[in-house]
Amino acid sequence: MGSLKIETVKKSFGPVEVLKGIDLEVNDGEFVVFVGPSGCGKSTLLRIIAGLEDATSGDVLIDGQRVTNAPPSKRGIAMVFQTYALYPHLTVRDNMSLGLKQAGTPTAEIDQRIAASSAMLSLEPYLKRRPAELSGGQRQRVAIGRALVREPKLFLFDEPLSNLDAALRVNTRLEIAQLHNRLKATMVYVTHDQVEAMTLADRIVVLNAGRIEQVGAPMELYNKPANLFVAGFIGSPKMNFIDGARLGETAKTVGVRPEHIAVSQTEGTWKGTVIHAEHLGADTNVFLETEKAGLITIRLFGEYQTGPGATLYATPDAARTYRFGEDGKAMG
Amino acid sequence: MSKAATSLPRSIGAHAVLLTYTVIALFPVLVIVVNSFKSRNAIFRSPLSLPTSETFDLIGYQTVMAQGDFVQYFQNSLTVTVASLFFVLLFGAMAAFALSEYRFKGNTMMGLYLALGIMIPIRLGTVAILQLMVASGLVNTLTALILVYTAQGLPLAVFILSEFMKQVSDDLKNAGRIDGLSEYRIFFRLVLPLVRPAMATVAVFTMIPIWNDLWFPLILAPSEATKTVTLGAQVFIGQFVTNWNAVLAALSLAILPVLILYFFFSRQLIRGITSGAVK
Repeated sequence: MGSLKIETVKKSFGPVEVLKGIDLEVNDGEFVVFVGPSGCGKSTLLRIIAGLEDATSGDVLIDGQRVTNAPPSKRGIAMVFQTYALYPHLTVRDNMSLGLKQAGTPTAEIDQRIAASSAMLSLEPYLKRRPAELSGGQRQRVAIGRALVREPKLFLFDEPLSNLDAALRVNTRLEIAQLHNRLKATMVYVTHDQVEAMTLADRIVVLNAGRIEQVGAPMELYNKPANLFVAGFIGSPKMNFIDGARLGETAKTVGVRPEHIAVSQTEGTWKGTVIHAEHLGADTNVFLETEKAGLITIRLFGEYQTGPGATLYATPDAARTYRFGEDGKAMG
Repeated sequence: MSKAATSLPRSIGAHAVLLTYTVIALFPVLVIVVNSFKSRNAIFRSPLSLPTSETFDLIGYQTVMAQGDFVQYFQNSLTVTVASLFFVLLFGAMAAFALSEYRFKGNTMMGLYLALGIMIPIRLGTVAILQLMVASGLVNTLTALILVYTAQGLPLAVFILSEFMKQVSDDLKNAGRIDGLSEYRIFFRLVLPLVRPAMATVAVFTMIPIWNDLWFPLILAPSEATKTVTLGAQVFIGQFVTNWNAVLAALSLAILPVLILYFFFSRQLIRGITSGAVK
């Protein structure tokens, strides 16, 4: 199938530098997710890989071939868009076959590929319909089908779940994960949702302000964040950051995840008053104003009865406390 | 049943205003058509009354058919209008696509330059245009009129269409690029069908001034072979005597083709709007 290599790709729009030198290698069959806040350059990077945008400098290699100057249709890629981007005047079948027809694939093979991929995505009943007659979830499945029939070296997904409602998002996420397991294809997926990133990825690339902050397996990012940004971005609710000086530490910032803090009504490291509690059933999020550490979030598993005004003691798990230096990088 | 609540007096009021406006707008047209079917005396004696069996007279239409070559004039008007419309829509849409889709140096300046024609009337350049046409030997040809009208219609077309084209989803165009469609096919097959309502609007705004124009046919193409209907109707307006029957009949006939074209485009326009809203 296909590997992907990105060599010092930079991109500027006029005076604004959107990508400040990106180096990345994606192995054959890997599922890599680009994640970051909006405006971090993740979509631009995906569009450069697709050939929809020219890099200001740097190179893109797909399957070992330099494709920096090749048009999108000659790169052996397929892309699924956030807004589905189906051709409104064509039926589902024609939507799926257009790219193959353009490439001059024989009709028999087109039919066979459409049959195979529509079976995989259970799209057979809809082949004769137009996009306007389909629901959002069905449209996104057609868009995925259109990518499948191209049998690309590389699949690109540009926030494919953002336009779907919550329940459908979980289903489609599962479908994409199964698709990857079955096809063993190389996939690059862009999202701003860290839950999607954590659940789908073999490796996550965290981007911020045009730079790669960290690359690693989901649990690696969770357990060993390289810097403050990654520590804050991965995990929900977000990690508590406490000024090191307040705790008498040498580190500039001390970080502890909400789920790594134990509470007690009688004793503990930090005494505080509950400001608000969110009862989610499976979890309870408690916002505690502590004397020593300031406002911290605590995530408790299961139900926990407490409310504003209550006094609680919080104790962070010493083994899972992170320390960050002046430069924001994780210390030892 | 979902029907938004409306109060009866309000809807009566709204309809009254709209009906009044319709009557005011249609009245002159009605007077022209009605009087074109009357004898000369009846036109002057009671211009507002409908033709009766006594006053009914087709002399105007007979004169128009007998004198001059009105079929030829109609053909000229139609050729000029349809050809100019075609070029305005084609080049206007292409320029609008380039301005809205591609980033290049001077994009904004180019857009402003193209829109400048909305503010500056093309008639200011009549002398230069005439010199140009004389120099290029295009005087007394329909080509001269088509060229001038295309130039006249382009600014508004580019302005309106580029606004609409900016709304066409980038993802759709990119999907086409990944499927290997050429930029021309993306433009003609993906983008144009989606901006059809805007095209119909531009077509209506472009078509009517061209059909009604007297100025450029008079200056650039006054020969018998290239006369348009509006110019042809002037034959009956003399310095001392005006053949009102013939003038009114010619004008009534001149309304018809443009009315047909308008119905064609307005149906497109309504279809485009509803299909977008229901989707």
